[in-house]
Amino acid sequence: MNPIWAHILTLVLVLLVMVTIAAGLIYVERRMLAVWQDRLGPNRTGPFGLLQVLADMIKIFFKEDWIPKFADKRVFVLAPMIIMMTILMTFAVIPFTPLISVINLNIGVLFFLAMSSLGAYSVVLAGWSSNNKYSLLGAIRGSAQMLSYEVFMGISLMGVVVMAGTFNLHDIVMAQHSIWYFIPQFVGFIVFFIAGIAETHRLPFDIPEAESELVAGYHSEYSGMKFGMFFVGEYLGITLISALIVTLYFGGWRGPHFLPPVVWFLIKMFVFILIFILMRASLPRPRYDQLMSYGWKILLPLSLLNLLITGACVLYFAPGH
Amino acid sequence: MSLPTILFWILAVISILSAIGVVVAKNPVHSVLLLIVTFFTITGFYILLNAQFLAVVHIIVYAGAIMVLFLFVIMLMNLNASGEPQKNNLVKFAGVVAGGLLLIVLVAALKKADTGMLIQGSTNIGLIQNLGKVLFKDFVLPFEVSSILFLSAMIGAIVIGKKD
Repeated sequence: MNPIWAHILTLVLVLLVMVTIAAGLIYVERRMLAVWQDRLGPNRTGPFGLLQVLADMIKIFFKEDWIPKFADKRVFVLAPMIIMMTILMTFAVIPFTPLISVINLNIGVLFFLAMSSLGAYSVVLAGWSSNNKYSLLGAIRGSAQMLSYEVFMGISLMGVVVMAGTFNLHDIVMAQHSIWYFIPQFVGFIVFFIAGIAETHRLPFDIPEAESELVAGYHSEYSGMKFGMFFVGEYLGITLISALIVTLYFGGWRGPHFLPPVVWFLIKMFVFILIFILMRASLPRPRYDQLMSYGWKILLPLSLLNLLITGACVLYFAPGH
Repeated sequence: MSLPTILFWILAVISILSAIGVVVAKNPVHSVLLLIVTFFTITGFYILLNAQFLAVVHIIVYAGAIMVLFLFVIMLMNLNASGEPQKNNLVKFAGVVAGGLLLIVLVAALKKADTGMLIQGSTNIGLIQNLGKVLFKDFVLPFEVSSILFLSAMIGAIVIGKKD
């Protein structure tokens, strides 16, 4: 097959599979939350309620797509696009198997950080353009939270980069042939996981959209498919953070040979997605100042210390020193 | 025309139009958004020059961090066209003169700049390994001095913030 067509096919495949997984997660999350909270969850539409996602999507497509009269129209329309675009673009650098990845960038880790920092615009612009005080408060909380947690997210990743000696995600997976990095980089893994929850503003860190205080936060004014984009964007974010944890700390596609690499990747990814959902089911929401001081006073020194010790060990054990 | 040349002209047109938009736009938030578009086109120029690291760091630092803070401040100041007092004509005229002088100085300084190096550069000149080697071997002193400058700015911000 012509390599260009193979490339386009990979691209479309990754796009479709990821969006489908993200939409399917809405069902998975509701069922799993129900299991953990001793309820039944959605079980009426189709076998085991599997068609619930389809029903939700049809409903959301046919809802009136209302733009408030008082909103800044262009920015209002732009905001939900940004979150979908930045997250989907990051999937391009993730190596699902040695062969399936859209692009093999030698700055893969930095590309992810750049895209996740652009994700903050979605929250800020949605909140500002809605022209609603609850939206604006949600946006201010969200942008401060995302800006601060990006800092430790970047620093915690640097431990992996120092050990692998590269920013390329393919090479990072290849470098984990003897040991998966969550063992030597356990602190980095924990910091990255917590920062990942804060970046996707999932519970317990969903303070930008805390419904008991801010209606729905920055997306209060959104309806129809624009709300759907924020909604699916959140699940895409979970999928992305899980895929990155697997790639950076859990050996990517590696696993015993009785299953193909892509299956190993997806199994590991779903384990982390379920942990995300379990966190939501079990933890209460902290106060905003607790969130900030936790980040800056505990996670930042921890990630810096982790980087320092990793660097020292790598230098000490390096051949030729 | 080769593909890089075509891309360069497309990026150049977008960057100049969006830069004009930054000045012309009535709404400060729209100005900020157009400035972000300008930064993206500059990132495109870096990629055309094979400076991938510089390109992605440009996005992280300028588009990802600094412009979010800009938006933050503008949102909190609640600027709008009707509430903003009009400057008098003398101030406007002084602004035009000052800006024009800056333009003349920049053009004069860059007119004789050596562009030969850019053409000769090999394809992996912008890779992180090479950049790191240059920064920490040839330019280690200026690099450390600038990092101390950053540190002092951070400490200064904390001192000012703690005063009250």
